[in-house]
Amino acid sequence: MELEVAGQRVYAYTGTRAFSATKPTVLFVHGAAQDHGVFALQSRYFAWHGRNAVAVDLPAHGRSGGDALPQVEALADWLHGVLDALGIREADVVGHSMGALAALEYAARHPERVRRLALLGPAAPMPVSDDLLDAARRNDHVAYELINSWSFAAGSQLGGNRQPGLWMLGNAMRLIERTRPGVLYTDLAACNSYANGNAAAARVRCPTLVVIGARDIMAPPRNAKAMIAALADVRTVTLPETGHSLMAERPDEVLDELRSFLITPAT
Amino acid sequence: MTTKPKSHGFDTLSLHAGARPDPATGARATPIYQTSSFVFPDTDYAAALFNMERGGHVYSRLSNPTCAVLEERIAALEGGIGAIATASGQAALHLAIVTLLSAGSHIVSSRSLYGGSHNLLDYTLPRFGIETTFVDPRDLDAWRDAIRPDTRLLFGETLGNPGLEVLDVPRVAALAHEHGLPLLVDSTFTTPWLMRPFEHGADLVFHSATKFLSGHGVVIGGVLVDSGQFDWNAANVRERFPTLTTPYAGFHDMVFAEESTTGAFLLRARREGVRDFGACMAPMTAFQILQGIETLPVRMARHIDNARAIVAFLREHPFVARIAYPELPDHPDHVLAQRLLPRGCGAVFSFDLRGTREQGRRFIESLRLFSHLANVGDAKSLVIHPASTTHFRMSADDLARAGIGEGTIRLSIGLEDPADLVEDLGRALYAASKA
Repeated sequence: MELEVAGQRVYAYTGTRAFSATKPTVLFVHGAAQDHGVFALQSRYFAWHGRNAVAVDLPAHGRSGGDALPQVEALADWLHGVLDALGIREADVVGHSMGALAALEYAARHPERVRRLALLGPAAPMPVSDDLLDAARRNDHVAYELINSWSFAAGSQLGGNRQPGLWMLGNAMRLIERTRPGVLYTDLAACNSYANGNAAAARVRCPTLVVIGARDIMAPPRNAKAMIAALADVRTVTLPETGHSLMAERPDEVLDELRSFLITPAT
Repeated sequence: MTTKPKSHGFDTLSLHAGARPDPATGARATPIYQTSSFVFPDTDYAAALFNMERGGHVYSRLSNPTCAVLEERIAALEGGIGAIATASGQAALHLAIVTLLSAGSHIVSSRSLYGGSHNLLDYTLPRFGIETTFVDPRDLDAWRDAIRPDTRLLFGETLGNPGLEVLDVPRVAALAHEHGLPLLVDSTFTTPWLMRPFEHGADLVFHSATKFLSGHGVVIGGVLVDSGQFDWNAANVRERFPTLTTPYAGFHDMVFAEESTTGAFLLRARREGVRDFGACMAPMTAFQILQGIETLPVRMARHIDNARAIVAFLREHPFVARIAYPELPDHPDHVLAQRLLPRGCGAVFSFDLRGTREQGRRFIESLRLFSHLANVGDAKSLVIHPASTTHFRMSADDLARAGIGEGTIRLSIGLEDPADLVEDLGRALYAASKA
């Protein structure tokens, strides 16, 4: 479906189901230099199980227009605009990586709009190495290669995809390569400069699920500890032998955690 | 920059990509999952598998764990995003075409093709409303002039069969993209060890895995690989490929290009092409091809070394009129080959005898180590007479245009001791010269 947020066209994948304002909504927010497709399996499940699944393309990503937003706080405000554009009062919000930071900040700023919050691969702070930032600033392909080499656990570097016939590393690389020039740097800089994670966590009022990859190098588990401690109502799941690309490396486990968190309570 | 990206090299991927020790048994080799179907843990899980909400296997026509390892491995070696294993190389070519084209569509193809591919394009597909214009692969203007409003695909072989015309993949790909079209290449003769066509701009690659990938002449199989690079949803493109960019009633109105920015082609190819046409690979076949790929780098190096030795011998032989091998300075694509194929130009090539058709027959029948059969890329050396076998359906004019004469002999050089191969060829050439 297409929306208009802040005067810009926004694409959102809905699992080939029509959006209905009468159904509960799960909003999926992707990470840096990604698009809605990283949630294809998980969002499609919710779309076919009584929910609206709305997997957005962030500004300047995928099929959405506009410019990439330079701060996590701006992304949070943008998510607020998405819910307004959808005409819904609240949603469950699922974010990955940079999208998790945006979801966290949004839940802190607008607790009345977030029913449940799921953070996949979050860290606060989420520092980005100078080498990676420099390469991204130059739109150097090395930046893509660094991200790919850091985003998958050692086992996943050799494949073994749950989705038959798909080579995870190649797919991830091609998705980053499609990102418009400058967008990766803007995204990484937004992650690197975000300093409000722990304070935001303390202001979150809804139940929160945190899913962490035990072998995550992009967002190391140790960097999420303080944020998790600040969340009032949190369930933390650590997936063994998993890196930062949780939805690709462990699609079933991620889906099962989301199902039990978002559907089983039947609230 | 002090930080270097880490990634596995080609040889390591040849052995490991896509495979992990079997979690149930610890088996190090990839198990042969010889089963038609897979048990669902519950009804919700079953429905999720059918509806692409979960990854996994349902029925071995659609996917199979052994085949999936092969698919990942070849995708990794090619630098693609994924692959589909098929019943044969011909099935892979057919799958690529029918995923993108419908009746009323048009292909521009190199005319230097394997006879079976030529047959499919020239005689069979027109019956289904898909036309092909054949062009000299070296003539970029001919490629350009042949593109029509209804053209949907450009196609060629990395090394033409049997003349070893080197496809100028970068220039043909650039031309295709200039017109909003994808380039499909048959990379059977080169394998990813000699050339990775995606790095030169090709969008789709297929192999007859029967040949060098499996390498031992024991299976029939194919693989179709997607680079994930072609933007099916680009403004000047999306209307040309409605199979990927419009709702598909055969799968709950899924729009494949929305489902996945990078993987739309493979999704449609598996969800429609493999499902409905059914030309899937058997798991035993996938296992045997995987065994072959494990030694692809070392085999290809030896194939190339042996081919060079044989070419050097034939080049000096008085009964040999011409050798079509791009490493030779007199081959029209010599310079291009040096750029695109720095590791070598493969181990299949043709040469012409100075003699009659009868002398050609005597040559083939005098060989002892070389096997006279319709295949290439075996560990054993092979020989055939294309005009009367692999390319026999082509007209005399088409044969001439494809560089195939009455005296043309095609060799596939295997892994034997090169001195033994030279001795075998020398004896057969002598016998032919006296016939």
